[in-house]
Amino acid sequence: MDARVSAKIQSVFEEPACEHNQNKDEKARKKGCTKQLSPGAAAGGCAFDGAKIALQPIADVAHLVHGPIACEGNSWDNRNSSTSGPQLYRTGFTTDIGELDVIYGGEKRLFKSIREIIEKYDPPAVFVYQTCVTALIGDDIEAVCKRAAEKFGKPVVPVNAPGFVGPKNLGNKLGAEALLDYVIGTEEPEVTTPYDINIIGEYNLAGELWQIRPLLDALGIRILSCISGDGRYHEVAQSHRAKVAMMVCSKSMINVARKMEDRYGIPFFEGSFYGIEDMSDTLRQLARLLVQQGAPADLLDRTEALIAVEEKRAWDRIAAYRPRLEGKKVLLITGGVKSWSVVAALQEAGLEVVGTSVKKSTKEDKEKIKEIMGEDAHMIDDMTPREMFKMLRDARADIMLSGGRSQFVALKAKMPWLDINQERHYAYAGYEGMVDLVREISKTLFNPVWEQVRALAPWETPALEEAC
Amino acid sequence: MATVLDSKKACAVNPLKMSQPLGACYAFLGLSNTMPMMHGSQGCTSFGLVLLVRHFKEAIPMQTTAMNEVSTILGGMDNIEQAVLNIKKRANPALIAIASTGLTETKGDDVDGYLRLIRAKHGETLAGTEIVYVSTPDYVGAFQDGWAAAIKALIAAFVTPAETRVAGRIGVLPGAHLTPADLEEVRELIECFGLDAVLVPDLSRSLDGHIPEDFTPTTLGGATLDDIRGLAACEHVIAIGEQMRGAVERLAAIGVPCTLFDRLTGLTATDALVALLMRLSGKPAPARLKRQRGQLQDAMLNGHFHLGGKRVAIGAEPDLLFALSSLIAEMGGEVVAAVTTTHSPLLARVPTTEVLVGDLEDLEMRAVGCDLLITHAHGRQAATRLGIPLFRAGIPQFDRIGTAHQLSVGYRGTRDLIFQLANIFMAHMHAHGPEDWPLPAEAVAAAQGQPAAGCGCASSCSSVSDEVVIPIIPA
Repeated sequence: MDARVSAKIQSVFEEPACEHNQNKDEKARKKGCTKQLSPGAAAGGCAFDGAKIALQPIADVAHLVHGPIACEGNSWDNRNSSTSGPQLYRTGFTTDIGELDVIYGGEKRLFKSIREIIEKYDPPAVFVYQTCVTALIGDDIEAVCKRAAEKFGKPVVPVNAPGFVGPKNLGNKLGAEALLDYVIGTEEPEVTTPYDINIIGEYNLAGELWQIRPLLDALGIRILSCISGDGRYHEVAQSHRAKVAMMVCSKSMINVARKMEDRYGIPFFEGSFYGIEDMSDTLRQLARLLVQQGAPADLLDRTEALIAVEEKRAWDRIAAYRPRLEGKKVLLITGGVKSWSVVAALQEAGLEVVGTSVKKSTKEDKEKIKEIMGEDAHMIDDMTPREMFKMLRDARADIMLSGGRSQFVALKAKMPWLDINQERHYAYAGYEGMVDLVREISKTLFNPVWEQVRALAPWETPALEEAC
Repeated sequence: MATVLDSKKACAVNPLKMSQPLGACYAFLGLSNTMPMMHGSQGCTSFGLVLLVRHFKEAIPMQTTAMNEVSTILGGMDNIEQAVLNIKKRANPALIAIASTGLTETKGDDVDGYLRLIRAKHGETLAGTEIVYVSTPDYVGAFQDGWAAAIKALIAAFVTPAETRVAGRIGVLPGAHLTPADLEEVRELIECFGLDAVLVPDLSRSLDGHIPEDFTPTTLGGATLDDIRGLAACEHVIAIGEQMRGAVERLAAIGVPCTLFDRLTGLTATDALVALLMRLSGKPAPARLKRQRGQLQDAMLNGHFHLGGKRVAIGAEPDLLFALSSLIAEMGGEVVAAVTTTHSPLLARVPTTEVLVGDLEDLEMRAVGCDLLITHAHGRQAATRLGIPLFRAGIPQFDRIGTAHQLSVGYRGTRDLIFQLANIFMAHMHAHGPEDWPLPAEAVAAAQGQPAAGCGCASSCSSVSDEVVIPIIPA
């Protein structure tokens, strides 16, 4: 492996700010946070996929994939990360290397590609993604990017996370490292305010950032840079001047938050936009840290006042669903979204959570689930599709909330299902998001289609069968 | 005759093309009780799987050998062995179908050799499960090439010469451009002559969107291994699409009578199939087929008003491009821009002046001034920028449902396709305004009694002196 990638991976694995990591012994830590994949029984994306997910939301950048057609051709424009302006991030750029490139090397094609992109599209920067085949044949993308940046007078950023170095999570972090190495801190903002923050690890899926932004706007808090949802190259480059950073709970970019604290003294906290109490906590933490960093103290009172109004408004709207939803059973299988923060909202609407996944939850999360759901909370570590199918068929749950991967398990069992993973098209963040989630559950549960699809066919009706 | 060109760009922008291993796995998805697997990094499978899930709105069984950088350097023998054993244990399929990727082809893994060793070592454990392998490097060819290679590999692995033929059994080797609904239509056409149809692969039994009785970790249906073996004993084999030539030639070489149809979209194209089926069955065409043909004729008559003279830009794989272009041309439309993914002898026969092996950026540039864009869902951004409607054809169509049931072959399929295209034109019909036909300055001057300057078209202009001639000037 490229020695630079290898060193990066080690440094990412040793992340001191990660609690998971700190609980491990020296040997386990060296192994990193990635389980060895089991061939023939593996699912999920590769490191390149992860790096692309992390960085592609930067909307005005040209994202160029150096590799054969599979890496970009099979996957482009397939994320639901929204933009309020430039559309260039949705344009698929790839060197689409052929057999001759594999034999003679693809560096020349890569350099020419960067030139073509700059001439035709003139983006503020080009990000170049390494892939397995071009890594294996030894294409030096760092060198090509350096040369291109000099030649064209534009930032050309190498993102060295070829698929075969590990899974998606690792790629998230390697992508983030590219920002730390080549982008963050390279430009100065025109003005700064005591209310400038960074949001790190938020991808603006389905436009969720816009469920949060009005709250921040109302308090006078400015998002200097969101890394990377609805992001802009120059904003990211200037993000080192923020006063405070929020790291979104999925931890996918913990290395950015931690290293920006080390390098630029920007304190960060881990927060979540999912769930009403979480949203309020996040606002409180932001206000507290901003004041600690020198913002006027009245921000604290204004924040509390806003929380009081918004919380009441949300709880009132959710409680309105109680008569309809009382006693309905929910199976909650989540990946990135913190289960317990959603559980509270579901319970407020009268729903009974009969099981929740804890695959990616920390010890602390599990304690919290017990606190909310009681000691005998049904926590599911890893459920096979077959078990899920059976649980739904046996009607031990009325609806499943999960990621797209298990969508068809539920639908083929003729059971209501709601997408709460990253491919979803509905936004569930903040106070508005929780109300929307409960409304969507209600809409799905009471759709007349379930009765229709469960009705017996004429040839399954005993009386008719006898008659024929 | 079209000139075929290759794009000269270093950077592909907005790819039209998808990779070979995905095409191969798509073919394997049309086989019953099968687990397709890519030999490569886990991302190779993940991207392909997500693409097909989003197109079909179905769970897609597809596995990976999960290669990492170390196993790539050392060779993938251990990963394939573990993968095969894991799949056997967890899903126990009748067939494990493996496609290589760019990664393992660059390394040069001898997968056929690995599989012989694995069979020898685990013969008993793996009893009841066949394994087939096809070489499909990502950096060569495209989706339909991978599909064709997969079917060739299946025939090479399972078909041996037959001593006798089964009367009335018709084998079908469909191309990757046909939907599950297309395959169902072909089956019905064959069956309505009292013949039996055996499709290899058969996506109309696996990805047609049905609800199975129970949960299954493998494909939900499709052609069985016996169906594949039985191809040798077919009375006749019909291949659809130029991409299937290699596969059907293998059957012809062992004495199976075969016919290759370059398309089944269009009146005369379907007539050719019906004529063959009449000969093979010795039966006349059933009345409902005659009615369908009449309906298609009527659709063509009604449709030609809307398709005639329309300028269309198409981006599709060679066989789909040929089928769609031919129909557009037969309806009086003009294929102004044609972009495709890979080479095929068929490209020279596409009814247009030039076919480019390129990407959607090329198509967008060539489509300026067109009335309609036809390509897969990734054309949506280009169509918006061009301000023209997009008709989605091919894979992927992640922003539509019912894609498995898009029908474009046979009399009925062609009829419905004409309706859909014509309706798009009707929905986007240009309403004329008072400013649409301005007079040229010359005519205005003439009308105002000013001396006319010579307009160059002496005879026709000057002969009508006592009438005001309003020339129609194209916008």
